[in-house]
Amino acid sequence: MSSDGIPGPDSEVALRVKAMESLLLEKGLVESSAIDALIDMFENRLGPWNGAQVVARAWSDPEYKAWLLKDGTGAIADMGFEAVQGEDMVVVENTPQVRNMVVCTLCSCFPWATLGLPPVWYKSAPFRSRAASDPRGVLAEFGTEIGADTEVRVWDSNAELRYMVLPERPAGTDGMDAEALAKLVTRDSMIGVTDVAPPD
Amino acid sequence: MNGIHDMGGMHGFGSIMETVTEPQFQEEWERRTMGMVNAVMAGFQFSVDEFRYAIERMAPAHYLDSSYYEHWLEGTLTLLLEKGVISQAELDARIAELRVEHEGAQA
Repeated sequence: MSSDGIPGPDSEVALRVKAMESLLLEKGLVESSAIDALIDMFENRLGPWNGAQVVARAWSDPEYKAWLLKDGTGAIADMGFEAVQGEDMVVVENTPQVRNMVVCTLCSCFPWATLGLPPVWYKSAPFRSRAASDPRGVLAEFGTEIGADTEVRVWDSNAELRYMVLPERPAGTDGMDAEALAKLVTRDSMIGVTDVAPPD
Repeated sequence: MNGIHDMGGMHGFGSIMETVTEPQFQEEWERRTMGMVNAVMAGFQFSVDEFRYAIERMAPAHYLDSSYYEHWLEGTLTLLLEKGVISQAELDARIAELRVEHEGAQA
């Protein structure tokens, strides 16, 4: 094991992965090029830069925002980001009164089309176990301070339904176009654990 | 079904910030596993729901003591074995062969 608990390249686990891959290739059930293409898609083509464009458009275009909050799947597809596993998307809006946070307590369901693969902490036992029971404590751990009277809503994702947060547009961004706004939007703000910081 | 995977509300798992967050894949086998499992599902050997349920059927102690992509590996192997896509004998033999190769390369 490495220091953070992931078995290394010489581990029994790594050997089992190699054995599985060689059997699947030998039987013609997968192709090496298909595996490479999927890795490329998840590492390089799906990621929070997609979700950031959705958020920036919603901040810039009230009609789009209304559509996004009413029909997340359709409005996101309009940006060219399609569901990977056939899931529906629901977008929830942060306001000064309401803070939203997304979790998957059972495993790791996540909006792949807009945010890519979930961060490691999202899949971890500490986050999964505490997000629903102690959301304010979790937010504090991320350094996010909210008022005592702010309502916190926690959304537990599942296979059919994936949530994404529309963060609050930060101050000091009047006059910025969607492209510039998108650069400010972080993955963690779309999971709801942090805010979007104002521009430097 | 309730199970060890149903973690919402459990206590005692510690700080989120102690979880390493980047990079996404710390070992190459994790990257291969992610690609392979998606390729197998795309080839309809099993569905994502079967896959999830196979992970949820892991022995609780093993589930807690293994990393995220080990869950993917074990869930996938369970289904490939149950569906007769590969046999246990085949898998054991291939692991043994690869172990010999690996040890030979290191010697």
